[in-house]
Amino acid sequence: MSLQTTSSQTIGPYLHIGLTWLVTDNLAAPGVSGEKVAIEGRIVDGDGNAVNDAVVEIWQANAQGRYAHPEDTQDKPLESAFKGFGRVMTDNDGVFRITTIKPGRVPAPGSGLQAPHLNVTIFTRGLLKHLITRMYFSNEPANDEDPVLQRVPAERRQTLIATPSGGRPGAFKWNVILRGERETVFFDY
Amino acid sequence: MTSRPQNLQKNLRTEALAGYRKPDRDTQPDYYYPPYASTVKRSPSQPLVILPTTLSEVTGPLFGYDVIKANDSDLTKQGNGDPIGERIVVSGRVLDGNARPVANTLIEVWQANSAGRYPHRRDDHNAPVDPNFPGCGRTLTDTQGHYRFVTIRPGEYPWRNHYNAWRPAHIHFSLFGAAFATRLVTQMYFPGDPLLEYDPMYTSIPNERARQRLVSTFDWETTIPEQALGYKFDIVLRGRDETPFENDMKLPG
Repeated sequence: MSLQTTSSQTIGPYLHIGLTWLVTDNLAAPGVSGEKVAIEGRIVDGDGNAVNDAVVEIWQANAQGRYAHPEDTQDKPLESAFKGFGRVMTDNDGVFRITTIKPGRVPAPGSGLQAPHLNVTIFTRGLLKHLITRMYFSNEPANDEDPVLQRVPAERRQTLIATPSGGRPGAFKWNVILRGERETVFFDY
Repeated sequence: MTSRPQNLQKNLRTEALAGYRKPDRDTQPDYYYPPYASTVKRSPSQPLVILPTTLSEVTGPLFGYDVIKANDSDLTKQGNGDPIGERIVVSGRVLDGNARPVANTLIEVWQANSAGRYPHRRDDHNAPVDPNFPGCGRTLTDTQGHYRFVTIRPGEYPWRNHYNAWRPAHIHFSLFGAAFATRLVTQMYFPGDPLLEYDPMYTSIPNERARQRLVSTFDWETTIPEQALGYKFDIVLRGRDETPFENDMKLPG
């Protein structure tokens, strides 16, 4: 028996009421292994205006490249202190900040490995269904062989790659443009 | 890159993963839908890039009872007194597209109070805030996918989308399901609401039957005598294919 998926509706402007309780802006609890990274980004609309009422959610593997989920049966260590879920709200300037560890490489379809990436969902007023995107890391040789990045037109790939920010170690900048020139690549799955 | 990881890669064959089916296109709104004005500047204009099925999409965050507190599913018990309004019970099941229950999955809800006002700094509607109604709740489904909230019936409220625009009464729902692919945020409506046909969020769904599935039904069985009316709202998250698609197993190019 097959059922139709329930229709999506916008998260609306008052999302904070229902979702703030689970805000998780630091995934890297003390003792979690891996390279600590601090990601800052700004979400803007088609006019370049700040999207100040978005929620950004992160799903990522641990530093060894394993997801804390029963479907991931790889022979790699799990860390009980690392869940891989993040949730942050944008502020009045459309800015979000998240501290985490750089994920390891997870298997690619068929064979090989994907480049380190965060799986990202964006919800906001004006989105009737959420957006799916990914954040990769610059100066990462594995990006060149990542099967998902390879599907993205070369001239748009940079929109998915966070760049080092301010010379501080582990600080990355990744802005999201919902619409228009240099629009971020969003995925359909 | 050193040679070691490359060697590892050569030897590594990952088992093909079964993917999640896409919903029928007309059951979901498009991103760009000008009757809902905010979509015009916030929806992507470029075509979406199709993701293959990878471990990243078929895994996802899971939550347990450690995140749920005693009164989280009773929105009438979160203040110092009773909230104003009509008590209701909202319950239903969360199923996947293969009609199997989605067990132990987190549901988050939020809603306006009975006067149609949110306790939120961006809600300037001239209707009273109810100090006894924070307006949010959460629960986990049981092993059979059942959930249940006690709340008050939310009021309709005006918004500035178009002249004399009013949102039908609704409760926001947020669900995770088993995987990154099954995330869903939606809204539950009430039967017989005359505002539905004027609401661009509701009408953004092309398929009439899909729209109607967002409307809860009055339910005598869950109605509590002398206490609260019952409304039923079942939710379906994306279903998973039984077997992997050949297409997803190949690297592009």
